[in-house]
Amino acid sequence: MPGRPVLGYSRRVSATATTPQTKATRHTALVRVTHWLTFVCFVALLVSGAEIIVSHPQFYWGETGNVNEKPLFNIPIPTSRDTILNGYSYHWPDGNGWGRYLHFQAAWFVVLAGLLYVVVSLINGHIRKDLVPAPTQRSFAAIFDRAKKYLRRAPVDPAEASSYNVLQRWSYLGVIFILFPLLIWTGLAMSPSFTAAFPWTVELLGGKQSARTLHFFATIALVLFFLIHVTMVALSGFRSRLAAMITGRAPQAKESSR
Amino acid sequence: MNAITRRRMLLGAFGVGGSLAGIVAADRIAKRYNLIPPDCRGVYGPGETLTYAASRVVVGDAPAREFSRSMISKTPFLNEVAPPNDAYKKLQASGWKLTVDGMVAHPLTLTLADLRAMAVGRQITEVSCEEGWSYVAEWIGTPLRGVLNEAGVLPQARYIVYRSTDTNWWDSLDMAEAHHPQTLLTWGMNDGDLPIGFGGPLRMRVPRQLGYKSIKYIASLTATDSMKGFGKGLGSASPEAGYSWFAGI
Repeated sequence: MPGRPVLGYSRRVSATATTPQTKATRHTALVRVTHWLTFVCFVALLVSGAEIIVSHPQFYWGETGNVNEKPLFNIPIPTSRDTILNGYSYHWPDGNGWGRYLHFQAAWFVVLAGLLYVVVSLINGHIRKDLVPAPTQRSFAAIFDRAKKYLRRAPVDPAEASSYNVLQRWSYLGVIFILFPLLIWTGLAMSPSFTAAFPWTVELLGGKQSARTLHFFATIALVLFFLIHVTMVALSGFRSRLAAMITGRAPQAKESSR
Repeated sequence: MNAITRRRMLLGAFGVGGSLAGIVAADRIAKRYNLIPPDCRGVYGPGETLTYAASRVVVGDAPAREFSRSMISKTPFLNEVAPPNDAYKKLQASGWKLTVDGMVAHPLTLTLADLRAMAVGRQITEVSCEEGWSYVAEWIGTPLRGVLNEAGVLPQARYIVYRSTDTNWWDSLDMAEAHHPQTLLTWGMNDGDLPIGFGGPLRMRVPRQLGYKSIKYIASLTATDSMKGFGKGLGSASPEAGYSWFAGI
């Protein structure tokens, strides 16, 4: 099939396939722009989310929860409210005003960026070609196999230079189609206005406080993904991978000659 | 210029033009249907406007969730309140009155007995604080819309401003929220009088928004078509302290 993109990454690869360049396109403009938008929003959501938690670091299960009820767990940190000091003699200044404004603004941006990414990637085949694992990759054996290669620091399969490997595919799919939707769902399930229109969104989760606790757990999962993601980028060449996500080009030829 | 670059440029031009037209159209529609909150300016304005507009369009007048009697919290959390100030004591001593003025056909002064004589609203709803905690209680009071109908709010009014005897606390509702059947001038709680700690003798209950919209010790209402001249014009005391005017999320 002449003209078919070998690595299935972008239209640009196919357009330039007849005139090979030293630098292949690794990430399309859409992937790069939405990646960095998501990163900025992730940081903003994490900082503002931590700010909001500091005002009440107790987590409950069920519909209601307050200092008169037994929490599921408590994060033993100083708070920003003198109604719960958590054993400390001081409290942080209140930052829930800007924290909440920033949280929802960043949430809007990340939701819009995510929608743009998913809709365009469904249309242009990025999800089908680069994210959905190939039939041979749909087994635990394939996943363990690739993980073992990572642990042994085995040389990278050339095909991986321009598309995602099995571990990346499964984890990116999980983050995009499970973790982010779960965060949006559990977030909206805390809203008294949203749940007025859609009460089942909070009832399915077991109540408002359960939604809040699940929102926190999903955040921990996303932070874990972020830490592993950055570690993997660092292990496979932080500068070249960072450059690829900014310029879109993977300087493979140069790198191998180094 | 090859076909691909030309196609990209055309697409780009359509994209930019379409986005600009979309923004202008969205702005017109938002203004036409009052979807812009009073605290829409500033760095968080875009997010705040999207949240408010989306909530008004998607949620409409859907009722806040109500609970069964068995869900009423045995130990509702009594949030910290400043001790009653002189204005509170004076109003309490002379018999609590609620004044209704501004863009109304008949300005009113209502005693608590007057309010209790009007149609009564009851609801078992959750108070959710922006900090994260919550409790469920039964709230008994006079639906705000009953008072507004009696005063005859003029059609051009867009907000109902409500004030506590504590001058640090005043807020406003848009007409959709003010006329919502669950928005209650509350004087009873869990089958008794509303305790002072929970806002007695008179508290505004806005169950579709967070607790800080449910202001305690309500003494006056004013109907207005603009928030200009009320504090800094941001809709309530909350944005002046850094908190959003709309508290539906």
